[in-house]
Amino acid sequence: MKPSAPRRVSWGVYGTLFLFLLAAPPVLVWADQPFYMDLLTRVLILSIAASSLNLILGYGGMISLGHAAFVGLGAYSVAIPSYYGIYSGYLHLGIAIAACVLFALVTGAICLRTRGVYFIMITLAFAQMLYFTFVSLEEYGADDGLLIYQRSEFSGLLNLENPGVLYYLAMGVLAGCLGLMNRLIHSRFGRVIVGIRHNEPRMQSLGYNTYRYKLACYAISGAMAGISGFLLGNFTYFISPEMMDWTRSGELIFMVVLGGTGVLLAPVAGTAVFLLLEEILSAFTVYWHLLFGGFLIAIVLFGRGGLHGLVEKLERRNHSR
Amino acid sequence: MDWQLLISQLLNGLQLGMLLFLLAAGLTLIFGIMDFINLSHGSFYMIGAFVCATLVERTGSLIASVVIAVVIVFGVGLLVERFVARKLYAHDHLDQVLVTFGLILIFDTLAHLIWGAAGMTIPLPAWLNGQIDIAGVIIPGYRVLIISAGLAVVVGLFFLVTRSRLGMLIRAGASNRTMVTALGVNIDRLYLVVFALGAALAGFAGMLIAPITEASIGMGNEIIIVAFVVVIVGGIGSIKGAFVSAILIGFIDTLGRSYLDDLLSLFLATRYAETAAPALSAMTIYILMASVLAFRPQGLFPPASSMR
Amino acid sequence: MSLAIRNLNKSFGGIMASSDVNLDIEENETHAIVGPNGSGKTTLIAQLSGIIVPDSGTIHFNGVDITRAPSHRHAHIGLARSFQITSVIMPMTLVENVMMAAQSVSGHSFRFWRPISLERDLRERAMQYLEDVGLKDVSGSEARAVSHGQRRQLEIAMALALNPRLLLLDEPMAGMGKRESGRIVELLAGLKGKMTMVLVEHDMDAVFALADTASVLVDGSIIATGPAAEVRANPEVQRAYLGDLHA
Repeated sequence: MKPSAPRRVSWGVYGTLFLFLLAAPPVLVWADQPFYMDLLTRVLILSIAASSLNLILGYGGMISLGHAAFVGLGAYSVAIPSYYGIYSGYLHLGIAIAACVLFALVTGAICLRTRGVYFIMITLAFAQMLYFTFVSLEEYGADDGLLIYQRSEFSGLLNLENPGVLYYLAMGVLAGCLGLMNRLIHSRFGRVIVGIRHNEPRMQSLGYNTYRYKLACYAISGAMAGISGFLLGNFTYFISPEMMDWTRSGELIFMVVLGGTGVLLAPVAGTAVFLLLEEILSAFTVYWHLLFGGFLIAIVLFGRGGLHGLVEKLERRNHSR
Repeated sequence: MDWQLLISQLLNGLQLGMLLFLLAAGLTLIFGIMDFINLSHGSFYMIGAFVCATLVERTGSLIASVVIAVVIVFGVGLLVERFVARKLYAHDHLDQVLVTFGLILIFDTLAHLIWGAAGMTIPLPAWLNGQIDIAGVIIPGYRVLIISAGLAVVVGLFFLVTRSRLGMLIRAGASNRTMVTALGVNIDRLYLVVFALGAALAGFAGMLIAPITEASIGMGNEIIIVAFVVVIVGGIGSIKGAFVSAILIGFIDTLGRSYLDDLLSLFLATRYAETAAPALSAMTIYILMASVLAFRPQGLFPPASSMR
Repeated sequence: MSLAIRNLNKSFGGIMASSDVNLDIEENETHAIVGPNGSGKTTLIAQLSGIIVPDSGTIHFNGVDITRAPSHRHAHIGLARSFQITSVIMPMTLVENVMMAAQSVSGHSFRFWRPISLERDLRERAMQYLEDVGLKDVSGSEARAVSHGQRRQLEIAMALALNPRLLLLDEPMAGMGKRESGRIVELLAGLKGKMTMVLVEHDMDAVFALADTASVLVDGSIIATGPAAEVRANPEVQRAYLGDLHA
């Protein structure tokens, strides 16, 4: 049996999730529940970041522990121009993507020369470098960060101040990114990336300059995470270095693994469950990190394949019945 | 030139270097021998500080407290190795990252539960609180103690690694894992001891710093990243590399923070120099890391491994 | 001249893995390298395929200096290899594995949009190579699901899909049963004369059934080289290597 066969079955689950997300805003506005609207918007925005991480981690096997740096760069790309009174969304987005691609190329050029534990620690170190850089920039609020008084302007086309518009924009961007990733992983480029993950020396002997492919993949992923940061900055009206702290990167990895690595839509589910759990547990006790940490360890030790793997297992059981 | 400032900055650099070495020594051995990435190594630093602070509060004796606290952190290390880390050696690095990240959350919350959110100070006994005056240069006495204690550990570790049977196994393990197994050594026990030893060293570092900064939740989570940088620059698995790069990074970081603005104002207008210097000094050690890796991807002192 | 090796030296911590190796291999010749375990055969292959850089000496392939070329360059100038320890992409199907090789030599792969499934010619070529090595029936199975022998065949199909002018075969019959290795010998015999082949192999019968010329490597040095039959009869070779195998 082909391994992709059972994955098709899960479309039902993801389809339901999609319809739910599509229908949620009008219902929530009608029910006057801005809190849940905010929560879902955050799910959508962070899903973009988690999915971009899935591209390098799940498909490319590159365990980056510095992905939150890109999200933070994206958010600062909104905050710093706004600080100087420049509100053009096109410009913000352009800066976000350019800055992230540049950061990815420069740091990637160094960390992709290494592998294994080295790669993990170097991505971590560079992200921390960016963190401390922003902490030391007094002009931009240092530790306290910057307030964003006004959301990005798109020449009257989109009014992001309207929560519904921001919600559907985030959803559209997420769909766009996932669509792009879907094309990517089935293209020549994507096959090379997956091949490298499984057997890099072999790919080299087949004639692939694996370094260049990985670097390109790293930059694409960084750009996507930057877009997520652009939306996050707009959404929260605020950015601080804390947003790119390495524990944030750890959380992003958790979201991907919780959903299921190397499965296109799984990180969306992982992000949703992560944020929901965070809300529920933190309302329940201030010591919720204890439960959260335990949950994380349990997922790794006992829940191979994440939520996606779980759904797959359940569906297979139903089918064999 | 302000000599008083320079000397005190050099001592600060040396002090940071010692702390980094104590953290990095365990990390680099655990990476090198077990191929295990332990993000929660900084938790031992925090636990050491809190346990020591509590003991000082109860007993009033700093020295006795440190001795007991080191033993306790060693014990915590044994438990973590036996019940968590050991299960993960065979897993991939991603699993190790996630589980040890989970451990950080758990340790931080446990510290919160046990010691409260506020943090704890360790009062210094009078004989350590004084200043030492050497030829007109005033040095805080405790700073000298930290540096001497660090040096004592370095010497002790050096003898352990080069002269003892355990050290022989550690060196062999860092460069060639299969060989150690082939020697018929009880590998489980070796791993257990190395892990707990690393934990105790990290805990000791936490105890040394706590009288200056206080014991607080998450105190290990930032310095541990710098310790990672130390390990990368020094070369994974190399104690010597960890020592050299810890001292190097301690100096560069400290001196960068105090002198970079002066240096920059030689080329830039003061206004820009004052803005750029803090940002740049935050980057210096990472730039060092990047430059080392550009020329020596395996770090300064890669443990000799037999190719072929 | 297809391959010209001059004064090649490589040592690991004082042990000479290659010691002043000189070797010429003609276009479309099949050359066997034999020698006892640890004689430096694998190190030699690794230097020829760009995985290890020699300490000194040169390697020219069709007149081009490839001594220091990175391994990914080799496939594009017509030099392909198979690995001693099977190295394929386990979770991919056999046809996907071979497509990976075919893709490498048909234009660049910085193509992000067009699905690979639309590239019919890649698949057809891959299927052709699988048929050539006798794996057509299992082309849809994952590499991890097929037998060791079939993976060895897959290795060769992948190398062939690179459309090489020189094929480096590092113990293609390693760990195979009699019937399976017979199949590989047959396959390689069919390729003889179509491309240059460098064959490292322990199975002496297979070696001398296939090779036109041969070299004997002992402790990193070539102690004899020439037409296969002569090398086999060389008394020094008999004593140093073949003797204790046939004894």
